[in-house]
Amino acid sequence: METYVFDDTLEGLLTLVFDWYNRKPGAILVNSEKHYQPSAFNPAYVVSTDAEKATRVATGLQKKLTNAGWRNFYCTFLSELPEAFQHLFQFAVYVFSDVENPEDNYGNASVLYVTQTARKVEREKHHQEAFIRFQQTHDGMYYAPVEPKYNVLPLIAKHFKDRYADQPWIIYDHQRRFGLYYDLRNLEVITIDFQKNNSDNLPAPISEETNEEMYQLLWKDYFKSTNIESRRNIKLQVRSMPRRFWRYLTEKQIY
Amino acid sequence: MNLTRTSEKLQILADAAKYDVSCASSGGNRKNDNKGLGDSKANGICHSFTEDGRCVSLLKILLTNHCIYDCAFCVSRKSNDVQRAAFTVEEVVDLTINFYRRNYIEGLFLSSGIFKNADYTMERLLRIVKKLRTEERFNGYIHLKTIPGASEELIQEAGLYADRMSINLEMPTEAGLKMVAPEKSHEDVKKPLHFVNQQIQIYKADTKLIKSTPKFVPAGQSTQMVVGATPESDMEVMYTADRFYKDYSLKRVYYSGYVPIREDDSLLPSIGSQPPLLRENRLYQTDWLLRFYRFRVDEILNEAHPNLETEIDPKLSWALRNLHEFPIDINTADYDMILRVPGIGVGSAQKIITARRFGKLRTYQLQKLGIAYNRAKYFIRCADTPFLSKDWQPTQIKNFILGNSHGKFQKAATQQLSLF
Repeated sequence: METYVFDDTLEGLLTLVFDWYNRKPGAILVNSEKHYQPSAFNPAYVVSTDAEKATRVATGLQKKLTNAGWRNFYCTFLSELPEAFQHLFQFAVYVFSDVENPEDNYGNASVLYVTQTARKVEREKHHQEAFIRFQQTHDGMYYAPVEPKYNVLPLIAKHFKDRYADQPWIIYDHQRRFGLYYDLRNLEVITIDFQKNNSDNLPAPISEETNEEMYQLLWKDYFKSTNIESRRNIKLQVRSMPRRFWRYLTEKQIY
Repeated sequence: MNLTRTSEKLQILADAAKYDVSCASSGGNRKNDNKGLGDSKANGICHSFTEDGRCVSLLKILLTNHCIYDCAFCVSRKSNDVQRAAFTVEEVVDLTINFYRRNYIEGLFLSSGIFKNADYTMERLLRIVKKLRTEERFNGYIHLKTIPGASEELIQEAGLYADRMSINLEMPTEAGLKMVAPEKSHEDVKKPLHFVNQQIQIYKADTKLIKSTPKFVPAGQSTQMVVGATPESDMEVMYTADRFYKDYSLKRVYYSGYVPIREDDSLLPSIGSQPPLLRENRLYQTDWLLRFYRFRVDEILNEAHPNLETEIDPKLSWALRNLHEFPIDINTADYDMILRVPGIGVGSAQKIITARRFGKLRTYQLQKLGIAYNRAKYFIRCADTPFLSKDWQPTQIKNFILGNSHGKFQKAATQQLSLF
């Protein structure tokens, strides 16, 4: 069985689907460059990403799928899980096989996988929308560091742009090393070099003028007072708000 | 703003407001089209969770905890010896805006003790929401308490700025309410509920004709009942809830297990007694069955069964009482009946309906779809279920299911052994 290797981009994956129809190699294994380990028995085919091919496959998929179905495909891609790509490939092939409403056949393993993984990603998106905490820096910028489980920044951009239309903000993914920057008009993708000690590149520190510390203290006060001690249920708290988020939650900081 | 003073007020007034359980931020659809602050999501967002496991979605505070009433169940009752405080309009606005900007909250839940009289209080509340919407261009969620007895003009105007309005019933029955709060009655609650509901309908009808009709309480109304303070049965609680859902098209009824707050009280449970968390949980489950699972209230609770079972949830309990309706065939049964199977939720039921168009569903497929198969298996048949299976008795099924599960309340519920 041949292994098809693509370059971790959505275009790469879509080009892979195109090439498969072109070369007709039968069953294949799909792998991304990041996870690929060369093997002695499976020959590899490295896909060279081609924007034109990718667009053709994307339009084809969009034509056969509902908007929700296409979003599921995209979300599953953003999960970056190693097994997701194989399922996405099989899902695409199944969609092109001319069945009616392919995305509804939950009896098909890949269709179910895509639906369920997309749900996980959407849940992570929702968690990020809830648990992101901005801090106002010295120059008026609202800064929020995040470390989402899946690559959800492309999904949450619109939500924050609509909501905080009158304040400049940055949401920075410290794991994937890129961020979103909104300057009251446009949204940009940025990277910050935290290693280089270049002060105009780094987010400014918080200061007295913006009252940031005061609002953080007030929020902690509120968080403490709104708790009902006799109903204490830590298990429920942790289930609803997993500990991996606590690192960046203002109300969970001890100082 | 003075940090220590505001902090003190915030602690007092958040503490007094926390017994109101409503925290929903859903149903709002205010769009940020004026380049202002905030944008309401139809499904709401919980921004944090406190140690009691309840969500924090809104900044829930009282404007003041000074109150002219003396209701036995309330922390802010006149005769209770607690610290009193009051926010200024500016303080509430400032806190809301700055918490919202940092993504701490989804909006504001503003309530108040009654000081002087109803109109005076309502006018203060109105002033805050008006300032938020017009001066600060705030499009976040606002939940406002309607003060019973306030004039209709004030309520009308407040409705133009708030997303949701609510009035608490406090006790499930009139008799219960008279016992703990002789100055209040359900009639006082019904009048404003009816008025706001009527206005919502009028504005809705207008929107169909004129697109620019302003929004009026777009997220609807809700109410809350305290359970466990007075001796009502579950049946009385749910029948009241059902009637209010129907008569006033409420979006939600909340059930709040009574948390004891005073030592010297002959009327109510004393301090140290555990709030009835399990009962509260079962009531919410019943509420869900009414709203999403197409059950009628008298199917679950009736003269023969005036209280909900504590060991098992109301859906399973209904299924065990009505075993003659089961097993159903997953591949042919209609949606309503699939919804009634214990272990199958709304999402899974819809998935089953769409998936079975592609072919008969088998057991392994159902298990993958995400239903609680170990619970559902006694009530369903799939394409590959063996033709003959044993007919279990309700008590047997109940024991199988209980034996397999680890309920969160198991410690609290001690099981009565059956003689036979």
